[in-house]
Amino acid sequence: MPQIGKRKLDKLATSLEEDLAKKAKGLTQAEIDALDPQLFTLADYDAAAAERTGYSNYSYWRSTLRIFWRNKVARLLIILLGLMLLFTFIQPFLPDQKDPTEIFYNEETGMPLSNKQPGEVEGFILGTNNLGQDLWSRTWYATRTSLFIGFVVALSECIIGITVGVLWGYVRRLDQFLTSAYNIVDNVPRTIILILISYILRPSMSTIILSMCLVGWLKMARYVRNQVVIIRDRDYNLASRCLGSSTPRIVYRNLLPYLVSIIMLRAALAVPTAITDEVFLTYIGLGLPVYTPSLGTLIIAGKALMTTPSLSYQLIIPCVALSFVTVCFYVIGNAFADAADPKNHVS
Amino acid sequence: MLKYILKRLAFAVVALFIITAVIFSLMRLMPIEGYFPNFDKMTPEMIQNGLENLGLTDPLPVQLFRFYRDLFHGDLGTSWIYQPNVPVTEILARKIPVSLTLGCMAMVLSLVVGIPLGVVMSRYKGRLPDKLGTGFIVLLNAVPVVVYYLVIQMVGSRSLALPMLYSRSDPTSWILPILCLSLANIAEYAMWMRRYMVDQLNSDYVKLAMAKGVSRRDIMYHHVLRNAFVPIIQLLPTSFLNTIIGSIYVESLFSVPGMGGLLVDVIKRQDNAMVQALVLIFASVGILGLLLGDFFMTLADPRIKLGQERGGR
Repeated sequence: MPQIGKRKLDKLATSLEEDLAKKAKGLTQAEIDALDPQLFTLADYDAAAAERTGYSNYSYWRSTLRIFWRNKVARLLIILLGLMLLFTFIQPFLPDQKDPTEIFYNEETGMPLSNKQPGEVEGFILGTNNLGQDLWSRTWYATRTSLFIGFVVALSECIIGITVGVLWGYVRRLDQFLTSAYNIVDNVPRTIILILISYILRPSMSTIILSMCLVGWLKMARYVRNQVVIIRDRDYNLASRCLGSSTPRIVYRNLLPYLVSIIMLRAALAVPTAITDEVFLTYIGLGLPVYTPSLGTLIIAGKALMTTPSLSYQLIIPCVALSFVTVCFYVIGNAFADAADPKNHVS
Repeated sequence: MLKYILKRLAFAVVALFIITAVIFSLMRLMPIEGYFPNFDKMTPEMIQNGLENLGLTDPLPVQLFRFYRDLFHGDLGTSWIYQPNVPVTEILARKIPVSLTLGCMAMVLSLVVGIPLGVVMSRYKGRLPDKLGTGFIVLLNAVPVVVYYLVIQMVGSRSLALPMLYSRSDPTSWILPILCLSLANIAEYAMWMRRYMVDQLNSDYVKLAMAKGVSRRDIMYHHVLRNAFVPIIQLLPTSFLNTIIGSIYVESLFSVPGMGGLLVDVIKRQDNAMVQALVLIFASVGILGLLLGDFFMTLADPRIKLGQERGGR
């Protein structure tokens, strides 16, 4: 039901009256004389004018960014995330930063500066952990490690997922085979594959990245395939083919723009998924070794001290960092996917 | 209909065969030293004997055949490291009920909270309850599970003085694990419920009912809710069967002696019989859940016919 406000009703009433008044009076003789007589002669055929086409200054990416920027929450989060990313990468080059793996000792007593509360000792902004390492630099180092894993996994997911997905959707002969293969693989819980691969290949940074890459692209390929199947047989693709477009051109120019929305969403969600998977693998003892600071190892170390309330800051700090990163990517990814959908550009 | 179900079942069996064969072969890639806890002290003869006892020296197809033969006799083998010489079925019979009880209670809780939440959100679409609910769902989806599990455990055990660890005899110690298990499902049910309700509310029969002057309450409860509930029914068997699998995080955080950590444990100890049994169970849970979901949906809504091309959700 369209809601009609009072102001709109008033306007409707007055405009009707105005139009009626105009019709009753008609034009005066002076007004008729003032009209350009050329308007009432037949126009000649003008080849140039007939060929002239309309032009719209619609640009896909500009509209996408405009719609995205309109979302206040996403705008705030992307600025915060950008600042955080920037700081994460310049942090080691700032003055007075400590080595994340160095153990600090009290100069007078020679004892390790362990379990110091945030701000308790000069220079240790977030305090120290139970070994006497600086939690501030460890947290930033860990965020860097986790983000690195996240970005590598998301990138590979895009490359493999889009390639397989487009082939799966576009090449009819592959469809049957890939669909049944997907139906089989999809029934194995991803944790089993993740755990088995990380275990067989021995836990390390490259192994966990590899195992996540191996399980991650399935969903992406599936979504891309579904979208390709929907738009593959649209008339404009047929027309494009009749006009002589090559298959790569059809894929790049006709299909991929429709996939941007879904790809961006999957890619944005792949980063937090990879980061939480790292935490999960580390939690079950198949992730990164304890001496490599990552959000997973920091959380596991903090969890061990959970029973002592005064030390829970060692758990809360990495948890806050982890949640911040994942919430940012989730919200931004969803907002961007909405904005990238051409249906939302009409406004 | 029957033909379609038989076809699906046949496909499920083939899929299970392939999955178990792949996992079986992957397990044979495990390093030999993992099979023996005191590998360093063993002589080559002892290692050879040990491997022969485990049947690992035979060619892979022979081992695979033996596994399938035993499987058809209902024998999942015996555990050899996790609990030496105890039949796998016996270990599972002890573990599954623990996860199942907690999981079912969590499922009931998430249905009782999630469905009404979704209904209320669709009723007040775009207004405060909807916004609060959406915020809640986004938060649950975006924040990693481990973080809110830890928060629940910390807050629950410190501020509410609830027992931190699970014990079978003390029902108050079940509260926190059940809460943890149900939160993600609450978000899922509420989200789908809201989406289906909004879809239904925009349909023509609702407009007709409104035009006829049927009260909003009657439309909601007699028409919209029934129709919106049909797709939810499809999710239920999977949710129910998944409770058998348990949650690794929840069960290790609250030290619940259930299925959750079992898989990781037996993979690390290279207890091949246990791993194969678990993979078989997990995969069949997934396949069976989807099949039952489709089946229940046709029961709930006779207009849906199985066997034809079904539209995606």
